[in-house]
Amino acid sequence: MRKARSLKKFMKFAALPLAIFTVVLVVPFVNGFYYTFTDWDGFKVDKFVGFSNYAESFADPKFWTTLRFTGLFVIVSLILVNVVAFGLALIVTSNLRSRNFLRTLFFVPNLVGGVVLGVIWQFIFNSAIVALANKYDWELFKQSWLQDTNKAFWALIIVTVWQSSGYMMIVYITGLVSIETDVLEASQIDGASPLRTLFAIKIPLMAQAFTIALFLTLRGGFMAYDVNVALTEGGPFRTTELISLHIFQDAFGEGNFGTGQSKAVIMFIVVALAALVQVTISKRYEVQR
Amino acid sequence: MNTRARWGRRATFAIGITLGFAYVFPFFLVFVNALKLKYDILANPLALPVTITWENFQQAYTKMDFFRSLTNSLIITVFSVSLLIISSSMLAYYLARTKSKPSKYIFLVLVASMIVPFQALMIPFISRFAPFVSINNRAALIFFYIGFGTALSTFLYHGFITTIPTEIDEAASIDGASDMVAFWKIIFPMMRPITATVAIINALWIWNDFLLPRLVLTQETQTLPLSTYLFYGQYSIEYGQAMAGLALAVLPILAFYLVLQKQFISGIAAGAVK
Repeated sequence: MRKARSLKKFMKFAALPLAIFTVVLVVPFVNGFYYTFTDWDGFKVDKFVGFSNYAESFADPKFWTTLRFTGLFVIVSLILVNVVAFGLALIVTSNLRSRNFLRTLFFVPNLVGGVVLGVIWQFIFNSAIVALANKYDWELFKQSWLQDTNKAFWALIIVTVWQSSGYMMIVYITGLVSIETDVLEASQIDGASPLRTLFAIKIPLMAQAFTIALFLTLRGGFMAYDVNVALTEGGPFRTTELISLHIFQDAFGEGNFGTGQSKAVIMFIVVALAALVQVTISKRYEVQR
Repeated sequence: MNTRARWGRRATFAIGITLGFAYVFPFFLVFVNALKLKYDILANPLALPVTITWENFQQAYTKMDFFRSLTNSLIITVFSVSLLIISSSMLAYYLARTKSKPSKYIFLVLVASMIVPFQALMIPFISRFAPFVSINNRAALIFFYIGFGTALSTFLYHGFITTIPTEIDEAASIDGASDMVAFWKIIFPMMRPITATVAIINALWIWNDFLLPRLVLTQETQTLPLSTYLFYGQYSIEYGQAMAGLALAVLPILAFYLVLQKQFISGIAAGAVK
């Protein structure tokens, strides 16, 4: 009787959403693992090939270029996005009268999708800055930054920081305002300088916000695709391909479904491990209240 | 206030306002140049228009099929978000109120799935669903969004439902309300704040999504980000038109944000901290 009722409740409330989740997410995920060990060509599977897809992926020099480029991108964007976002959060939680207005401005890039943002900056780097550089004779900008691998890397970083820092700012704001005012008052009475208060009290008490923001930027860095495709499209000569774009090109551009999917599985493992390590380390700094 | 604090405040203000303008400057550049003639743009991208022209907007509007892509974006976003709210709130209610091992494991799988990047299943996903997509690609896309959005939305609802005392459910069932009635008439209305969060987070994601629509949609059903990207690729030499296209792409969401600013920020904040 009770069992029948709980089954009925399951069918009414949970069955359909779970079925959709399974079909859309779980099945392709498991399938994807399986395909990497076969000679899958996008349509059919003839035989098992063991680890040869993985071996082939690692033998691809372009894949190594991508891995290095992605690794560097993740580290640099992780640091800069969070430093800038935390700074913005400090500004908009200060006693400025214009703080709400500023918060609104900082969040704006976040509303617009990465592709549109990337294209806007493509215009800025390729046309606007170059036109100005020729007019006022700025040597550094006369050639578009997107034509040069190293400068294109920094262009990607600039756009990413500009795009994501507003979102992470919100995470840090929530952390900053969650600190009890009596703790801050006590530190003021004890004569702590604002800088000391920041490092000795505020940051440790809001460590959870750092855990979240670091996790989100880490994951976002590995998954970045839109800005990459719209800003550089991987060029010049496929030297600025982040892992997402590389997988896309490998599979849909060149029809290498086997290695494309193997690289995707490698990406998943790297993301999962990196996130696990980051969250474990970050959690250690969280103060229990 | 002493002098030092006042100078500190002035410095903060100066930095804040400079950064604030830097953050919106690229959009300003887009709107200003959209109103200029091609020659004026290259002469000085920073200058205000000498002669204002609306020709760029007219061209961009027709060439990127603005009205059609806006409608597509609206249809896809509204349906996906509404269905996601219905399905994930029900799933979360079931999982939060059923104290059993399976329900605990299902919840753990949902949470763990959030770490899986879309790219890890994109390739088998597309080959597997190709026949389904070719029947009706907008419906297929909405279906996919429900699948991909389930984990985070359910997680957010789950956290909220655990704060609602079970006595409320019991009172409803004693009064003779069925599960469904109790949920929709009593529990769901209580979850308004988290529903707002779920709606905003998913709407922003779906409205701006590019990769999945790029793989699924055709020219007739393309959304705003897709048509903007394709339009820019074709007409980037026509600077004025390209800028007008970008301005059109940015306008709807910007207008929405200016109206619902507070809800946006608090919604994002509530979703991010969970």
